[in-house]
Amino acid sequence: MATRKESTSTPTAPMASTSPGATLDSPVKQIQIEGLVVLKMIKHYQEEGQGSEVVQGVLLGLVVEDRLEITNCFPFPQHTEDDADFDEVQYQMEMMRSLRHVNIDHLHVGWYQSTYYGSFVSRALLDSQFSYQHAIEESVVLIYDPIKTAQGSLSLKAYRLTPKLMEICKEKDFSAEGLKKAMIGFEHMFEEVPIVIKNSHLINVLMWELEEKSTVADKHELLNLSSSNHLEKSLQLLMDRVDDMSQDIVKYNTYSRNLSKQQQQKHQYTQRRQQENAQRQTRGETPLPEEDVTKMFKPPQPPPRMDTLLIAGQINNYCQNVKEFTSQNLGKLFMAEALQGHNS
Amino acid sequence: MQQMSVYGPVVKIHPVVLASIGDSYERRNEGASRVIGTLLGTIDKHSVEVTNCFSVPHNESEDEVAVDMEFAKNMYELHKRVSPSEVIIGWYATGFEITEHSVLIHEYYSREATNPIHLTMDTALQSGKMNIRAYVSAQMGVPGKTVGVMFTPLSVKYKYYDTERIGVDLLQRTRDAPNTTNGLTSDLCQVGGAAGRVQDMLATVLTYIEDVLSGKQTADNSVGRYLMDLVNKVPKISAEDFETMLNSNINDLLMVTYLSNLTQAQIALNEKIVVL
Repeated sequence: MATRKESTSTPTAPMASTSPGATLDSPVKQIQIEGLVVLKMIKHYQEEGQGSEVVQGVLLGLVVEDRLEITNCFPFPQHTEDDADFDEVQYQMEMMRSLRHVNIDHLHVGWYQSTYYGSFVSRALLDSQFSYQHAIEESVVLIYDPIKTAQGSLSLKAYRLTPKLMEICKEKDFSAEGLKKAMIGFEHMFEEVPIVIKNSHLINVLMWELEEKSTVADKHELLNLSSSNHLEKSLQLLMDRVDDMSQDIVKYNTYSRNLSKQQQQKHQYTQRRQQENAQRQTRGETPLPEEDVTKMFKPPQPPPRMDTLLIAGQINNYCQNVKEFTSQNLGKLFMAEALQGHNS
Repeated sequence: MQQMSVYGPVVKIHPVVLASIGDSYERRNEGASRVIGTLLGTIDKHSVEVTNCFSVPHNESEDEVAVDMEFAKNMYELHKRVSPSEVIIGWYATGFEITEHSVLIHEYYSREATNPIHLTMDTALQSGKMNIRAYVSAQMGVPGKTVGVMFTPLSVKYKYYDTERIGVDLLQRTRDAPNTTNGLTSDLCQVGGAAGRVQDMLATVLTYIEDVLSGKQTADNSVGRYLMDLVNKVPKISAEDFETMLNSNINDLLMVTYLSNLTQAQIALNEKIVVL
């Protein structure tokens, strides 16, 4: 997935003027979404996203005090063929220009992405979100989980990068020391922002009409008892990630072992040198030149710690999802027991 | 209101289209009394499915109407890049009546699509309802002399994808408390909510049964058959078998919970050790 280039700044003065010197931990405390955006995202995934392809799109809206209001969105075409990169930016520019003509808010406030069983913590997402947040302070990424939604309840989460992580990304310092300095754990990578859904009155009227016109369909996917399929897939993904993690840890261990071995060798070498020099001095010869020790023993490359962090974050996410799922299922099982007990 | 019988395709609309139309009506320019736009979707043998739409800027005055065709073409191109299977199937307008200007606009759209659909939605709620209607145009009049165009109504149905239905349900919940907002609930609360809904439905059924028993209502055989089905749906399993099934399921879930807690503790520990 190519990283997205956000649009060049249109004359969006209102955007930049919201509290430039915000001393809050994050300038966005709440997200307010219109029903239209939710429906559009659902439709986009349903039509274009079958299979494990992720679908992406851009969110439009505005910032009001400490709320981020998302009022519209438009989808992004898939990267199926290798189109030239200008396609993306041009598509965005044209779309925004056209939407401006019909008075739709054309201010970029973030982007959305669908996810497969909750696996979205990746390098690509991090980079995209970083470039968005760097350009627009308040942007968020909305993660829509269609599989969980199909099970009965809309699963929509909004994430931002924490300021600490923003610092690190800016410096591009992903080494172990850098991360240690900033004290970043996987819990401090993303922060979740609460979402609230609001509809205008006209849309509310529309909802009333739809309610009476449409048939009472089967609304009870939520109470479905069969869970093993979903659980299996989630656990499979979790196991893959844990494998990745263990590989990473092994790499890190070998690195630190190599490093310490090398330190020892360096130490021994300098000691031997000194001894020899001392001997030579006693014999009256010129001491050997002190060679540059570091050039002789090239230190091994420290493995990048960023990937480990991402994997840890992903594992955490999977575990959370699994726990939510099991708690729901336990509740359902107890309900089934009550029904059965009553019968017999 | 009854659906009038029609000789034409059935129009299936997705809620996303209606929400879009409502939204573009709210954002219309000063002085414009109605909004028009293009409908996108797919055509079947007997039905037309409307899945997307976008609004088109236009100017309307007493004697003339101007629609930005360039804009419409452009937007259609952009939309095609995302969903190549959608085609222009018609156009929509807000408002209650079909004016003469509509005829002109309809003619334009008949150049873009064969037999376009015209959808009206009364956003001003003139008759107290939204009156979502669809029309096709048909020739009428004396051939050779005055020929006119008549809009014949079509039957409108609403179609949802599964996930759409769930999304719409969530939006329905926000409509009950106007002017306020609603958060997304989390895991066990949702199961509780669903259980509550089932309980309500059972209560309704129970009151009906009691009415029938006490003679207040005549028994309806078909309803009785449904009730039989309902009661028999709870499978008759022997108590021990059910116990074993239940326990094994619960054990599975508990084990998975334990494992995921363990994993989380493990990675948290790992983090702490690395940072040391």
